Amino acid sequence: MSVDFQINGKAAKANAETDTPLLWVIRDELGLTGTKFGCGAALCGACTVHVDGQPVRSCQTPLSSVSGKKVATVESLSKDNSHPLQVAWIKHDVPQCGYCQSGQLMSAAALLAKNKNPSDAEIDQAMSANLCRCGTYTRVRAAIKDAAAMMRKA
Amino acid sequence: MTHTPTSRRSFLKTSAAVTGGLMLGFNLPGTLGQAMAAGTVHTPNAWVHIADNNVITLLSARSEMGQGVYTSMPMLIAEELHVDISQIKVAAAPPDAVYVNALLGAQITGGSTSVRDGWLKLRVAGAQVREMLITAAAARWAVDRDLIRADKGMVYGPKGLKSTYGELAEAAARMPVPEKPPMKDPKDFKIVGKRTKRVDTPAKVNGTAEFGIDVKLPGMVYASLAQCPVIGGKVKSFDGAKAKASAGVIDVVQINDGVAVVANSWWQAKKARDLLTIQWDEGAGAALSDASVIDGTRQALKTGKVLEITKPQGDVAAALKGAAKVVEAEYVIPMQAHAPLEPMNFTAHVQGNKALLIGPTQFQQGAQGAVAGALGLKPEDVTLQTTFLGGGFGRRLELDFIVQAAQISKAVNKPVKLLWTREDDMTHDFYRPVGVNQLKAGLDASGKPVALHFKVASQSVTQRAFGLPKDTMDPFMAEAAVAGYNIANTQHDLVIHDTGVRVGYWRAVSHNMNAFANESFMDELAKAAGKDPYEYRMSLLAGKPRFAHVLKLAADKAGWGKPLAKGRALGIALMEGYDTYMAQVAEVSLNDSGEVQVHRVTVAADMGHMVNPDTVEAQLQSSIIFGMGAALKHQITMTAGRVQETNYHNFQPVRMNETPKIDIVLVKSTEKPGGIGEPATAVVAPAIANAVAKLTGKRVRRLPITAEALKQTAVA
Repeated sequence: MSVDFQINGKAAKANAETDTPLLWVIRDELGLTGTKFGCGAALCGACTVHVDGQPVRSCQTPLSSVSGKKVATVESLSKDNSHPLQVAWIKHDVPQCGYCQSGQLMSAAALLAKNKNPSDAEIDQAMSANLCRCGTYTRVRAAIKDAAAMMRKA
Repeated sequence: MTHTPTSRRSFLKTSAAVTGGLMLGFNLPGTLGQAMAAGTVHTPNAWVHIADNNVITLLSARSEMGQGVYTSMPMLIAEELHVDISQIKVAAAPPDAVYVNALLGAQITGGSTSVRDGWLKLRVAGAQVREMLITAAAARWAVDRDLIRADKGMVYGPKGLKSTYGELAEAAARMPVPEKPPMKDPKDFKIVGKRTKRVDTPAKVNGTAEFGIDVKLPGMVYASLAQCPVIGGKVKSFDGAKAKASAGVIDVVQINDGVAVVANSWWQAKKARDLLTIQWDEGAGAALSDASVIDGTRQALKTGKVLEITKPQGDVAAALKGAAKVVEAEYVIPMQAHAPLEPMNFTAHVQGNKALLIGPTQFQQGAQGAVAGALGLKPEDVTLQTTFLGGGFGRRLELDFIVQAAQISKAVNKPVKLLWTREDDMTHDFYRPVGVNQLKAGLDASGKPVALHFKVASQSVTQRAFGLPKDTMDPFMAEAAVAGYNIANTQHDLVIHDTGVRVGYWRAVSHNMNAFANESFMDELAKAAGKDPYEYRMSLLAGKPRFAHVLKLAADKAGWGKPLAKGRALGIALMEGYDTYMAQVAEVSLNDSGEVQVHRVTVAADMGHMVNPDTVEAQLQSSIIFGMGAALKHQITMTAGRVQETNYHNFQPVRMNETPKIDIVLVKSTEKPGGIGEPATAVVAPAIANAVAKLTGKRVRRLPITAEALKQTAVA
């Protein structure tokens, strides 16, 4: 049995067992490795993707639940780093090891889709479930504000 | 990215600075290796590869685990090679003697040594290649080499003669290596010391950066490994029938460390692994608990062999006897896990007497040697490619998961990616050892310390990892033991105690226990003397200008002595580590649940020459937040040999909403470079502990300072 859904705007068909977490379908079957495995228990946010625009932990999202839905991964932001979040992330040199950053970016993208001028408290609210063991939080916060400003102007 | 395994090629190379003139072989894996084999890339030395089309690749012998070495190492080479960072590519160096870290004696990324080790040799390497390009141009154009200059990838001669580095590379690679090439005065640096964008950021914001977990080889299969819940335990027997019948499973194989399930996808392997039934021989580790480990370490201070950390000064016993006041205290730090966000993994393909290894490691030669040893191969038949590391912090100095991947690949005769779960990672780490420090000081009538007896007992990682003989001084246990203060009579003792726990180097290593003890104690002495902790420290720093300077800078910037918001307090701490002098001031309060909140950390650092100041700031932010977690939140505990913390819910690193404002003051300095990846991790804990003591009157002498620990501590 296969499951049909959209990934980054394109039709996708996955053949994995339907209880397989979306994370492993994206990474191992579809070959999009930007989305990372950190904890397998929705504790770190490294696997954050969007399902119908909502940020979800793909390690806890069974393949069956995305049938017919739109899934977006970090690769959907842009390939050429032109998305305001990517521009801001580069400007602030946010990543250190970089492993959590896809999840950080997707949580930030979901926040800015709803709120183009988030306060510190709103950023904390949206981002505190994304762990960064390198402690890039100060720069993540600064980059989100910069990206928001860019998006307000655009 | 899909890797194509390349046939092994050796390149006879003239080595760079370290060995000047000695011929060394090394081989470069991956696409760069293929280009070299095809003769389109030339290698004037082990650090610089120039293609005919002028693509210049600089090698980083240090692994990129977030600390910015893929930018800072090439910056040092580029400074003297006269190329822009924007013109170059960066590649990971393969395992080779030429890439040995002279400060650690092996090809290791750790100990905040990358810049300190590379500072001179990488600039020499760049200068050598620049001179070889000029020599080649002089020969080609038949002009005096003094009339030729190299700039931004172009070589210019008189009368409009010019050539790209690429056009000259093949000839340059055959030129003699100048042993002492002319070098810039640091005041003329154009790249080193300037804020420089990291070369690895673009790939880390669009999902293309390749970590170990992302490696894919043709025909690769996936493995999940069940290991004994007690580290060191062995498989007695197992039943893999259900696992083998599970969807996608290719094989179930036993290796030294456990039972591996190999499947067509990792999830299939992981699911099937949960169906294994294994009887374990748990071994001696089953008797361990965190309480017994700490008690044993404390006991060792009485019964163990005492090693001198440094020669005693004066007569501590007599000075203590004559002191107006004697102060004593014991400090304890618990075990910690590294918990990098990328779980342990490696990809291996063993074919006959050759092995290909791809993945995240801080120790290339170790990986090569360990796999060769485990599989009975020659080290030179083990090829290793280093990916980005999803965090290291010392965990990826270890080789267990690499050997496991190779053993599984050999058993199933296929390329295999072994990936641990987070639970595997948390419960099978090489833990930061427990430290027990006992300090005793004598104060004179004015409150000045006249005697200090410092004792520490802990476990030697160096004994376990590198076979340091028993009862010999382990320098990685004595870091920051001797503080910068002027005290007339001092004695510093170390007792090495093997608890049986599998211990590892953890960011800032023994600075953590020793700075926590020394700097907490300094505040306790100031209190006993009735003095301000900042003034008290400063009064003991005559003739120690670098210590005194950073102490003053941090205190001034933090507003030491000025009024604070209600319910807040400041704490200060000072340390030298990795040749870096550092002071921090923490501003704290307690929240409604009685948890310590850190609002602001001010750090002043004098680390000598800096390569990339932006990276320096990032590393300070990083190491402070890393240290805060250990100071306030997480630890590793053990019951019947089983680590109790399993994932990020019961081992909680600091999150964004807990991140303080971090103010950084950097001293402009032309002293030799110091390390910056680690020291701040050790300094933040005593700064916080001192602030908490000031705020609450409670002196917590065991980390982490949780709400519960505070509740159980009486006001002093």
